[in-house]
Amino acid sequence: MPIVRVDKDLDNHTMTVVAEYDAPVERVWQLYADPRQLERFWGPPTWPATVVDHDLSANGRVTYFMTGPDGENSAGYWDVLEVAAPRRFVVEDGFADDTGQPNPNMPTTRMELELDDRGDGGTVMTVVSTFASTAAMTQMLEMGMEDGMRQAMGQIDGILAEAG
Amino acid sequence: MVVELLSTPETDQVFHALADATRRDIVHTVLIQEHSISALARRYPMSFAAVQKHVAVLNEAGLVTKQRRGRESLVRGDIEGVRNARGALDAFEQLWRDRVAQMDQILAEDR
Repeated sequence: MPIVRVDKDLDNHTMTVVAEYDAPVERVWQLYADPRQLERFWGPPTWPATVVDHDLSANGRVTYFMTGPDGENSAGYWDVLEVAAPRRFVVEDGFADDTGQPNPNMPTTRMELELDDRGDGGTVMTVVSTFASTAAMTQMLEMGMEDGMRQAMGQIDGILAEAG
Repeated sequence: MVVELLSTPETDQVFHALADATRRDIVHTVLIQEHSISALARRYPMSFAAVQKHVAVLNEAGLVTKQRRGRESLVRGDIEGVRNARGALDAFEQLWRDRVAQMDQILAEDR
């Protein structure tokens, strides 16, 4: 399995995914740089993506929509913040309305992607997703309850294990 | 779509509800066995009203259910609610697992 590690850090609202591929960095980069390849993996299996505009350069924008099993569409966009091809890009991933315009009422996710040589011709991909803090989450962090959150999630695992 | 899951008001409510040690302990306790609010109040160094308030927060977040029996209110853990809290994060993880697998498939076509 190409997934090596998934870390969820509730304190920082981040999730880190590390995956390895038996292909060189340049090839893995193409999966994102080529819209026809990007749309083949970006949507979940039941929600295939169609990439509309694709400008993966600093200040560029990528727009896409995903089509659900009942034909419903969910549109999204990337605001490209940083690009250092073929190793790194940072985008803000958000929701769009039917016309492809960003929906300012929905939270965005910051996605930082890095590709590194594994040393044997393979690639290590690290993706850090940072979620927007909603008002309540921010408030909790200000109240110094980061530990509470971590404990809470740990406890949920424990509760589920006990409850079967 | 999946991120929606993570930052809905409902999810915030769940995180807020679970950010308190007493409330976590209440969830834990009533998942194992239902308790009346007065029985719960005896477990903690706090007033009946304070426990009642904690239970209300948990109830709002969908982590426990309340049922009236005579003059008592019986509190029971809602296993589905607890599972959903975990599920929001797991959904995002699954999204990326799918992406990684689909990327691998495309790369496999090169070989």
